[in-house]
Amino acid sequence: MSSLVARRRHPAAIAIVLLLGLIITGGLYAAFAPKNADAASSNTQTAAAGHKLFLSNCASCHGLDGAGGDGGPSLVGVGAAAVDFQVGTGRMPLANPGVQAERGKPQFNDKDTAALAAYVASLGEGPSVPSSSLTQGGGDIAKGGELFRVNCAMCHNFAGSGGALTRGKFAPNLMDVSGKHIYEAMLTGPQSMPVFNDSNLSAQDKKDIISFLQNVKAESSPGGWSMGNLGPVPEGLFAWTIGIGMLILIAVWLGKKAA
Amino acid sequence: MSEQTKARSTADALRADDKKDAPAAAGGGPVGAVANWMDERTGSAKGISYLMKKVFPDHWSFMLGEIAMYSLVILLISGTFLTFWFVPSMGETVYNGPYVPLKGTQMSEAFASTVRISMDVKGGLLIRQIHHWSALIFVVSIALHMFRVFFTGAFRKPREINWIIGLLLAMLAMVEGFLGYSLPDDLLSGTGIRAMQGFILSIPVIGTYISYILFGGGFPGQDIIPRFFTLHVLLLPAILVGLFTAHIILVMVHKHTQYPGPGRTNKNVVGFPMMPVYAAKAGGFFFVVFGITALIAGLVSINPIWMYGPYEPTMITAGSQPDWYMGFADGALRLLPGFLEFNLFGKTWSFNIMIGAILMIPILWTIMGLYPFIEKWVTGDNEEHHILDRPRNRPTRTGLGMAAITFYGILFAACGNDIIAIKFHLSINDITRAFQIGLIVMPIIVFWVVKRMCLSLQRYDRDLVLHGRESGRLVRTAKGRFFEAHEDLDDYERWALVAYESPAPVDLESATDENGVRRKSARKDRLRARVSHYYFKDRVEPVTPMELASAHHDGQAGEQIESHPDEAESGHMHGGAEEIGAAHAYGHPSPHDKQD
Repeated sequence: MSSLVARRRHPAAIAIVLLLGLIITGGLYAAFAPKNADAASSNTQTAAAGHKLFLSNCASCHGLDGAGGDGGPSLVGVGAAAVDFQVGTGRMPLANPGVQAERGKPQFNDKDTAALAAYVASLGEGPSVPSSSLTQGGGDIAKGGELFRVNCAMCHNFAGSGGALTRGKFAPNLMDVSGKHIYEAMLTGPQSMPVFNDSNLSAQDKKDIISFLQNVKAESSPGGWSMGNLGPVPEGLFAWTIGIGMLILIAVWLGKKAA
Repeated sequence: MSEQTKARSTADALRADDKKDAPAAAGGGPVGAVANWMDERTGSAKGISYLMKKVFPDHWSFMLGEIAMYSLVILLISGTFLTFWFVPSMGETVYNGPYVPLKGTQMSEAFASTVRISMDVKGGLLIRQIHHWSALIFVVSIALHMFRVFFTGAFRKPREINWIIGLLLAMLAMVEGFLGYSLPDDLLSGTGIRAMQGFILSIPVIGTYISYILFGGGFPGQDIIPRFFTLHVLLLPAILVGLFTAHIILVMVHKHTQYPGPGRTNKNVVGFPMMPVYAAKAGGFFFVVFGITALIAGLVSINPIWMYGPYEPTMITAGSQPDWYMGFADGALRLLPGFLEFNLFGKTWSFNIMIGAILMIPILWTIMGLYPFIEKWVTGDNEEHHILDRPRNRPTRTGLGMAAITFYGILFAACGNDIIAIKFHLSINDITRAFQIGLIVMPIIVFWVVKRMCLSLQRYDRDLVLHGRESGRLVRTAKGRFFEAHEDLDDYERWALVAYESPAPVDLESATDENGVRRKSARKDRLRARVSHYYFKDRVEPVTPMELASAHHDGQAGEQIESHPDEAESGHMHGGAEEIGAAHAYGHPSPHDKQD
C-alpha cells in the first residue's frame, strides 16, 4: 500500500485536496483570462485631432457632433474637466454597459486625453481642467475633514473607502484617485454624484478636501491595521473569526491537556 | 433527594468534621498559620475547602463561558482606566491637541477627551482598543457559550433559572455595549444615538414622551452623554456583576455538567479538583485571554474615532453600523418592508421600525426563556440532568437551534448589506430582497437539513458500534472475495455512542376516561402528543447490549437487526467477512476470539 493511499483518511487530506483544486482553478483562470488589447493612440494634440479621436472612439454613442445619441448623453457644455475625468480614469470609452461606468485602465495617453478634452470643450463652454495648484494638496486638513464629513462621507464613507448606492451603483473608494480627478468629479458630478460647483464648495474648499483625503491615505493608522476603514462590520467579522478562533484554539489545547 | 439538597448535605457533612475549639494547626507551616488566623476570625476555611475540592470536568466548550468571564474582568479593569480621563460632557470645546486633522474643529468635551485618550495619554489608545475588542469578544463568547448550553441540553432541570439569568446577562451585555459605543460622541456613536431616538419615537403614543424624558428635551441636547455614562459605568456593570455572581454560584450549587462517558453519571462529576488543577488552568487561561485580547488590540485598529470625527446631527457616513451584537436588530430594520409604516387617524405609525427595534429583542428573549419549559412539557421529563446531550442525539432540538441561529445570522448579515454590496459588486436591493426571502425560507430548510444530518450521524454511530471502524485493510478470502476489515471500537469509545437517552413520542391517551366521560385535559393532551410526535417521531434508538452481542458473535445474524433491511438481506456490509471468523474480520479480536 503506498503511503499516499494510507494517508487518504488523514484529517488534513480534505484541506489539501481543496487547496490543490483552488490552486489549479486559479492558475488556469490566470492563464486563460482575457487580457486588455492595447488601444490605438496618436500623438496629435489639437482639437482637430481630438475630433478625429472622438469620431473613431466616442461618436457611436455620443453622436457625430457630440450632441448625444441613443447610447450616450450630449457632451455640449460638459467641459474639458468632464472629459479629463471620464477618459483619464478609464471610465470612458465605456467598457460595457452597466448600472455605472467603472474605473479602469485608461485607454488613451495624456496627450490624446487632452486632445479629446480640447475638442469637447470647443463644443460649448464648461468647466476646464483645474490648475495643479488646487489639486496637489497643501490645504487645511481639519477644515477639509469637516467639509468631507458634511458633503461626501454619507456616500464615500468617513475615510473615503466608498459605499453602496441603490441597485448595484456605488460611491467608489477615493484612496487611489488623484487630486485632479477628485477635483474634476466634484466640479462635474459624474454619474450618481451631485455637482459641487464653486459657489457650493469654493476652489479653496475643494483643495482642503483633497488635502484631507491625501492625509488619510498618507497617515499611518495609530491603532494598527485599519481593516480597510469600513467601520464596525470588519471589526465584528474579526472578533468572530480570528479573535474568538485563537481563544478557542487555546481552549481546545487546554482541554486536551487533561486527557 | 434532589441534587441541591444533596449538595447541601455534603457541605454539612464537611462541617460536621470541624472541631469547634481546634487548637492552632501544628503543621502547615506559615501558610497554614495564616490560613488558621483567617479561619478563626472569618470562618472561611469551610467555604474555601469546599471550593478547593470542587471538581470540574474538562472540555474546551466549557471554557467559552470562561472567556466571557475573563473578558468581563478585562472590561472592568480597562474601563476603570478609561474613566480617569474620559469627560462625560456634551459641553462644546475646540480641539487644540496634537492631532492635526482635527485641529480647530468644534466638538464636545466627550469627543475631545476620547481623542486625548487616544493621542496624548500614554497607553491610552491601547487600553481603549483592549476595552473595545474585549467587549466584542465578551459578547461573542456569551453567544457561543449559549449555543453550547442549548445544543447540549444544559438548560434542563435543574438549570432553567441559570439559563434565564444567562439570557438576561446576554441582553444586558448588548445594552452595556451599545451605551459604551455611544459615549465618545463621534460620528458613528452620534448616528447610533440618533437611530435609537428614532426607535423610541416609533413607539405609538408614548414614544415622544420617552424620548423627551431620556434626552431631557430635543435631540441631542446636553444630557444624553452624562446619563449614558452613569448607566454604562455604574448601573449596568453593577447588575451585570451581580447577575454573573448568581450565575456562577448556581453553577457551584448544581455542579458542572459533563459530557457522557464511561463512569460519568448524573450523580457524579468526573474531572479535576479546583485546587491545584483548575486554579492553574483557569488562572492561566485568564492570562491567555488577556494576552490575546491585548495582542489584537495592539495590532488591529478598532473604532478609530479620530477618523470618524465629532458628531454633528447634519453628518453621516456610509457604512454606519452598530457593533456586531446590535447588528441583528439593525438588520431587521433593513429587512422590514416599508408598507408597515402608514398613516391612520392623522398620525404616522412606524411599525417598520418598531417591530425590529423595539419589539423583536423582547419577543426573541421571551421565546428563548420559555424554551426549557416547553421542552420539559413536551418530554414530561422531571428528572435532573447533569449529563449533557450530544447534539445529534436530539435531532429536533438541534434543528430548531440551528434554524434560530440561521434566522439570527440572516438578520446579522443584513446589517452589513451595504458592505456586502460594495465588496462583492452586487445590488443592495437584490441583497436585501434575497435576505428577506431567506429570513423566512432558510430557517425551514436548515431545520430540515440539520435534523436529517443528526439522524444520519446517529445511524453512523449505530453502524460504528455494530460493525466497528473501517480499517483500510483489505482482506482477500480463500474464495477470492474481498472485504475491508473493520476495527472494533474499544469499550470507552463505545460508551459515548450507546449511552444516551432517546425519548419516544408520548402516546395520546384516550380522550375519555374509563366511564366514557370526556377528560378535562383531552385537548391539552392532544396538543402535547402532537408536539411530542413532532419532536421524537424520527428517532434512531441507541444500540442495546443485545444487539451489540448479536452483531459481533453471530456474524451474519447481526445483519438482521440492521436499520436498513435491504442492506441486511444482501449481507454486503462486510462483503465476505462472514466467510471467516470474527477474529480475522476485526482488527482487534476480543480475548474470547483469541482462544480459538
